[in-house]
Amino acid sequence: MTSASDTIDMSVDLAGMRLPNPLMTASGCAANGKELHRFFDIALLGAFVTKTVLADPRSGRGTPRMAETPSGMLNSIGLQGPGVDDFARNDLVWLKSVGARVLASIAGNTAVEFAHVAAALRDSPAFDAVVGIEVNISCPNVANRGLVFACDPLSAAKVIALVREKLPRDIPIFAKLSPDVTDIVEIARACVKAGADGLTMINTLLGMVIDTDLLRPQVAGVTGGLSGPAIRPVAVRAIWQVRAAMLEGRIPTVPIIGVGGVRTGDDALQLVAAGASAIQVGTATFNDPSAPIRVNAELAAALQDKGFARFSDAVGIAHTRLDQRR
Amino acid sequence: MSETSPERTPQVAGELIATRRVGAYHHLTFVAPGVAELAKPGQFVAVAVGGDTSANLLRRCFSIHKVSPSGTYGGTVDVVVAARGPGTRWLAGLSAHDEVNIIGPLGRPFPLPKEAVACVLVGGGYGSAPLFWLAAALRERGCHVEMILGAATEDRLFGVIEARRASRGTDGVTVTTDDGSMGVKGWVSDVLPEVIRRSHAEVVYGCGPMAMLRSITDVAAAEGAVAQVAVEESMACGIGVCMTCVMPVVGADGQTRMVRSCVDGPVFRGDRVRWDAFESGWGRVPDDAYGAAAMRGH
Repeated sequence: MTSASDTIDMSVDLAGMRLPNPLMTASGCAANGKELHRFFDIALLGAFVTKTVLADPRSGRGTPRMAETPSGMLNSIGLQGPGVDDFARNDLVWLKSVGARVLASIAGNTAVEFAHVAAALRDSPAFDAVVGIEVNISCPNVANRGLVFACDPLSAAKVIALVREKLPRDIPIFAKLSPDVTDIVEIARACVKAGADGLTMINTLLGMVIDTDLLRPQVAGVTGGLSGPAIRPVAVRAIWQVRAAMLEGRIPTVPIIGVGGVRTGDDALQLVAAGASAIQVGTATFNDPSAPIRVNAELAAALQDKGFARFSDAVGIAHTRLDQRR
Repeated sequence: MSETSPERTPQVAGELIATRRVGAYHHLTFVAPGVAELAKPGQFVAVAVGGDTSANLLRRCFSIHKVSPSGTYGGTVDVVVAARGPGTRWLAGLSAHDEVNIIGPLGRPFPLPKEAVACVLVGGGYGSAPLFWLAAALRERGCHVEMILGAATEDRLFGVIEARRASRGTDGVTVTTDDGSMGVKGWVSDVLPEVIRRSHAEVVYGCGPMAMLRSITDVAAAEGAVAQVAVEESMACGIGVCMTCVMPVVGADGQTRMVRSCVDGPVFRGDRVRWDAFESGWGRVPDDAYGAAAMRGH
């Protein structure tokens, strides 16, 4: 039997990053590949998005690190990871060995550290497995009172500019935006003007849970990132606003990778119709390890049902349907 | 039914074929083809709760109580559930023939001794669930097996009858309760030194709450035995991707690392766990842990 993903053209071109399908893991929800490879061949993904890598090894925060919330979860991991040298020597080499297309997520405590991590990856032996860099600007800026880079257009732009100049032109960079801002279009504009080839939207929302038995914060980090289907409407809204700004010529047009609360093909289609050219599946992977692959099949089937021949024809389509209403 | 290959972990729709109350707990039996055949004592399953559109996304992890690889309906897996949250209450409320998505077996099993040495198996509450299966594996190797089952109250003990039936009159079973409603009044650590001494045990296996595992480790060390403990850290995924179930453990190189209890555990050598990091329900990152320096200022 032929599945819809065989008959529908699911391929995408994201600022020169050509992928056979638009489905990806989400950073921090898939470790660095080996664990999910026990459930499906990660080379089948459009791209594998790594856990955010910083310059130095990080233990992460103490526990508890997690609280379940209605249709989601709160996490406070603290970017635990091996540091970029160990990542490049081990994880990236392994990802290349299984044929994964890698979208490497990077971060730093300072703008200069982001650039250092980008350069270290560029100079590493398995860099040819990297198809793009996702710049996780949703971490605290040590030089700016701990305000996250993604909440300040100048800080965000500085990071993007420094990372851009460390990488070859054929490696697109995607700025991962936080929804916890007054005007996400302003941050998107700052990132694109500084050289971002695309945007990833959205990171988690800042949240908090109180343990009512102990009457204290439930996670050791006090606050945490809220994710899961509960935040999907926020992702759809953010993607919609930025895509609308592009259509109206208020900011340059670049591809958007949609992420936030996707659990099914129909969920993915919401983000696509709002303007996402690719989809990451994050928290749903904890519920179903095969979710990224399953969502790709379900999305293809949904597109076929609606008469689309190509995935790319559905990107942002809700904007044109709204125009018809007017 | 998903395909099983050596490199892939089974994820199956498990049909519930039996559910019964046992004291304060629920004992569930699922047909889980592919899981039972691969499982070893100490490993666990990660179970999705609430159905396909559930608002509780995180899997619940249960150590495997027993397996029957070749039952009438295919391989079965048994777990013991304490219904105390929305997910476990949902599981406890299931009826025969309901289906539940199961992933497993997961985690590292209890290591078995190479020689036929005496062993003490200590279970706190329903933490005893995996120990009966472990006891059978040890007896098969000729090991003398002593069991200590402890809980706050009699209804929170699990498996006393099963333990006594399996002990065949030669091995010992000791029961403790905090309130004295059954067996010796006190904690498992109160009776453990005497049980180790009289059986000349060289290995102590434990499963239960953190504080109990710590005291088992201390007693084992004082008596010259090795402790192997299975921890009950809360997990969001059970498969190693979420990084929430970490705890500080000393590696063979002497370095403390924040390791995932789902893939690096749940069984650890007791003397490798940094018990000093656990207090009042918090798990601290020790200052000398790998990568702790980079966290300062956060």
